[in-house]
Amino acid sequence: MTGLLETTAERRARRDRQPASDDRPAWMGRQPRWASAARGVLLTVACLAVIVPFVAVVMTSLAPQRDISARGGLVLFTSEPSLAAYRAVLSGGVVTRALTVSVAVTAVGTVLSLACTIMLAYALSRPGSLLHKPILLMTLFTLLFNPGMIPMYLIVKQLGLIDNLAALILPVVVNAFNVIVMRSFFLELPGELTESAKIDGAGELRILTLIVLPLSKAVVAVVGLFYAVAYWNAFFSALLYLPSPEKWPLQLVLRTFVVNQTPLGTDELSASTESLPPQASIQMAILVMSVIPILIIYPFIQKHFSKGLLIGAVKG
Amino acid sequence: MSTGIKVRSAAGTDPGAPAAARKPRLRGQLATRWHRDRVLLVLAVPGVVVLVVFHYLPLLGNVIAFQDYQPFLGISGSDFVGLSNFSVIFNGDPEFLNALVNTLVITMVQVVFVFPLPIALALVLNSMLNERAKRLTQSILYLPHFLSWVIVVALFQQMFGNGGMLNEWLRSADLGTFQIIGVPELFKLLITSQVIWKDTGWSTIIFLAALSKVDLNLYEAAAIDRAGPLRQLWHVTLPAIRPVIVLLLILRLGDSLTVGFEQILLQQGPVGAQASEVLDTYVYNNGIIGGNWGVSAAVGLVKGAVGVVLVLGANRLAHAMGERGVYSK
Repeated sequence: MTGLLETTAERRARRDRQPASDDRPAWMGRQPRWASAARGVLLTVACLAVIVPFVAVVMTSLAPQRDISARGGLVLFTSEPSLAAYRAVLSGGVVTRALTVSVAVTAVGTVLSLACTIMLAYALSRPGSLLHKPILLMTLFTLLFNPGMIPMYLIVKQLGLIDNLAALILPVVVNAFNVIVMRSFFLELPGELTESAKIDGAGELRILTLIVLPLSKAVVAVVGLFYAVAYWNAFFSALLYLPSPEKWPLQLVLRTFVVNQTPLGTDELSASTESLPPQASIQMAILVMSVIPILIIYPFIQKHFSKGLLIGAVKG
Repeated sequence: MSTGIKVRSAAGTDPGAPAAARKPRLRGQLATRWHRDRVLLVLAVPGVVVLVVFHYLPLLGNVIAFQDYQPFLGISGSDFVGLSNFSVIFNGDPEFLNALVNTLVITMVQVVFVFPLPIALALVLNSMLNERAKRLTQSILYLPHFLSWVIVVALFQQMFGNGGMLNEWLRSADLGTFQIIGVPELFKLLITSQVIWKDTGWSTIIFLAALSKVDLNLYEAAAIDRAGPLRQLWHVTLPAIRPVIVLLLILRLGDSLTVGFEQILLQQGPVGAQASEVLDTYVYNNGIIGGNWGVSAAVGLVKGAVGVVLVLGANRLAHAMGERGVYSK
């Protein structure tokens, strides 16, 4: 599992081991200039393919009607940016409500998921404990077989969760893959630490909260990101389980007003007609708001992704 | 048995104890183990309950595949109809066949055109010597993976739709227009390019991990034997990451019947079912929207079962070819 998450010290050590551009070992030879040039062009194009749509969307959300009409659609640059579109969608109405739902579901869901996952992963990381093996097999089996959409819907309905926001959380609160990732990390922690704590009379709860968790910040951060992104991005579960539009999260609102191009009027925005910003700006403002939380969290978590993030879990 | 995860566990009971003496000791041992591990068991309870309620109970719910299920009668009140729900599969109902063919075509296209891309990109990234530039590139290329399908579809519309950026630019340059969104013939191309945009970067992560573990001495030895860059790639790099490639290919083949459900559902409207219906959307449209609960559950059940068979089968094949596969025997 060593590749799963690496500490800063390990990363630094690995970086120091790597040959810097000017002191490569002699046998490595020089990379021909055309090869580095081709690589540079290729990677620049790939990065631009990711960045340009974002720039266009952000710029359009800030642009006034004049710029949008001049370009016909998206604009890459606007001389007089204004936050009118954001004020319009955030001043109450459909989008504001959806944003509240999404934030609440993501926050509550991530906390619940992390709690359940940490507890289950910890219980499974003490080999030889009672029922450890059947519980582990039971967890793994859920990765192999998907129960199917129809029975899933019937269970949620049977539990009375239709049209209840809990339906967005409870069915997916534990993800077996995340449990396994976390368990692998716990198993890699030096056993001496927990042993000595046990000899000092610490119970399992104390060991978990005072020893294991403080050493596992990286894996908790990454698994937390996986859960948070899943809750934030959930679209189909909301479509399936929430018939009333007033409970819809942001992704469904995004689908209605941006993908399906339903125009937003004063009813949806609770703003006066004369001050309504351009439709394109409003749409792009909704899009931006659905991306921003991910863009904010991403850099903090991203440093924990090492090259071996998944291979650790996959290869044991 | 595990999917992709090596299971570690310690031996439970002492194998050296004679059979006769084991029984009473086992009971005593059970009591002490319960006493010792009860906190752990309590910790496991919430997770286990969720998995039972939302994975194992629905599994049982698949009995409606054998029923003429009526929502107002419930599972206990609906009549059992044997295998008649499965007749759409075995008699080849045209709508079902269309969904099956679309699914398989999309899988094939994606295995051929999407699967190799992250390997190539990982090789390119791995050849970068400037660590800082490499990290920055990785951060940018990983990002789209974390966007929802709604966002990706919206972005593609804004870029390539009729009123999107590309076409406005082409129009202003008098070059005509390029239509890819909402054209049934190009639908598979469209969703394939979306998958490429969203996940190629993120998928490199696992290949980069494998590449970082290649023994540098092998390259040195190859260089001494006068192997050029291409020969080093063919004889050192690719053999070294072959187990990972095989592993991911197995997992992808096991998922043959699952193709981008949310992605396709979002874009079905303009192109119609003929071009875009896949098995998962068939289950949704036919069952939850259309009310054919039993038939859809039957299709879902067969799909799940075939998926399990495919993973196990592909893994067997890998073992037969001398690869490690998803799990060891």
